Amino acid sequence: MVIYGVALLAACLVTGLYAGELLGQLLGVQANVGGVGIAMLLLVLIAGSRRMRALVTGASGEGIKFWSAMYIPIVVAMAASQNVVAAVDGGMLALIVGVLAVIVSFLLVPLISRIGGGGAPLPPLNEAQEPVKREGV
Amino acid sequence: METLADVLRANGLIVAFMVVGITVYLSYVISKRLTYGRIHGSAIAILLGLVAAYFAGLETEGRRGVADIGILAGVGVMGGGMMRDFGIVSTAFGVQFSELSKSGLAGIVSIFSGVFVSFLVGAIVAVSFGYSDAESITTIGAGAVTYIVGPVTGTAIGASSDVIALSVAAGVVKSILVMIGTPMVASKIGLNNPHSAMVFGGLMGTTSGVAGGLAATDPRLVPYGAMTATFYTGVGCLLGPSVLYFSVRAFA
Repeated sequence: MVIYGVALLAACLVTGLYAGELLGQLLGVQANVGGVGIAMLLLVLIAGSRRMRALVTGASGEGIKFWSAMYIPIVVAMAASQNVVAAVDGGMLALIVGVLAVIVSFLLVPLISRIGGGGAPLPPLNEAQEPVKREGV
Repeated sequence: METLADVLRANGLIVAFMVVGITVYLSYVISKRLTYGRIHGSAIAILLGLVAAYFAGLETEGRRGVADIGILAGVGVMGGGMMRDFGIVSTAFGVQFSELSKSGLAGIVSIFSGVFVSFLVGAIVAVSFGYSDAESITTIGAGAVTYIVGPVTGTAIGASSDVIALSVAAGVVKSILVMIGTPMVASKIGLNNPHSAMVFGGLMGTTSGVAGGLAATDPRLVPYGAMTATFYTGVGCLLGPSVLYFSVRAFA
């Protein structure tokens, strides 16, 4: 049943958010501490356990996959209901933050890849398999 | 006409599904026709959403973007905290716990250093732009992590809506740059094997950015990068309103 998967997802989120609230109270902050992260961990653990198999395979699994596929549309709706007018005043800030974060992160890739010995390069792509034309890149 | 508006108003969430669906469709057409697939359709859709929210904000002088337009109020429900968190949690489905440990120390190190480094960059820029309250600095830093971690953190610690929007904008800039930049720098940063793809996903973290960037570099690398990237947002959501917020509060 599709609803089983959806219910499992909901249970993970509610449990995670509750744990996050409790953690927030424990730490003495007016904040939900990592509720969403805890919920994600719960889902990963449950999806990986053999006893819960029935809840994450077949139609039940489809119920979870549906919401996973709705993630980008939800983010689009989220973007569309933000206070962008106020953010535009800081437009330069957003740009600088984004650019610097990407540059620094790119630079760290070769550094951290050394941990555990770098992997061997994959064989060159077969031209015929290449799905995206990339002239000019 | 009046009747149509009534129907639309009475079925807000359903209208939102319709409107967002059309927006996503148009975005994928733009992605294919105008950018030849180089900029992922989802990134364009998010940008269109932000642009629409901008013009809606000018028009209504409200603070909730298009959700302040009566017939589009449902977009606010669809993009509200409840649905957003639900969607995020569902993306963790299919990630194997054992797979992360298989990706080894490098994967874990990359996730944490990715979150910390991006956060630090964002927080430093925020301070240099004159923000001095811990909530704003943390939220903008979290936006540099991803456009999900920004609003999740901002909402949790009670940052203002315009700062949250800023954090989304910063995250979107990052996501788009990763998509465009990855194929260009791939050979220079050794991004040609599953191991470095996992490190890459963990460092960048923006799921759509990583998926789009790796797809344009070598489609075989996508699952490896996406796997660590999926954990990145979770780790960011976990650390943002907690450890990172406390650290900023200790300084600010």
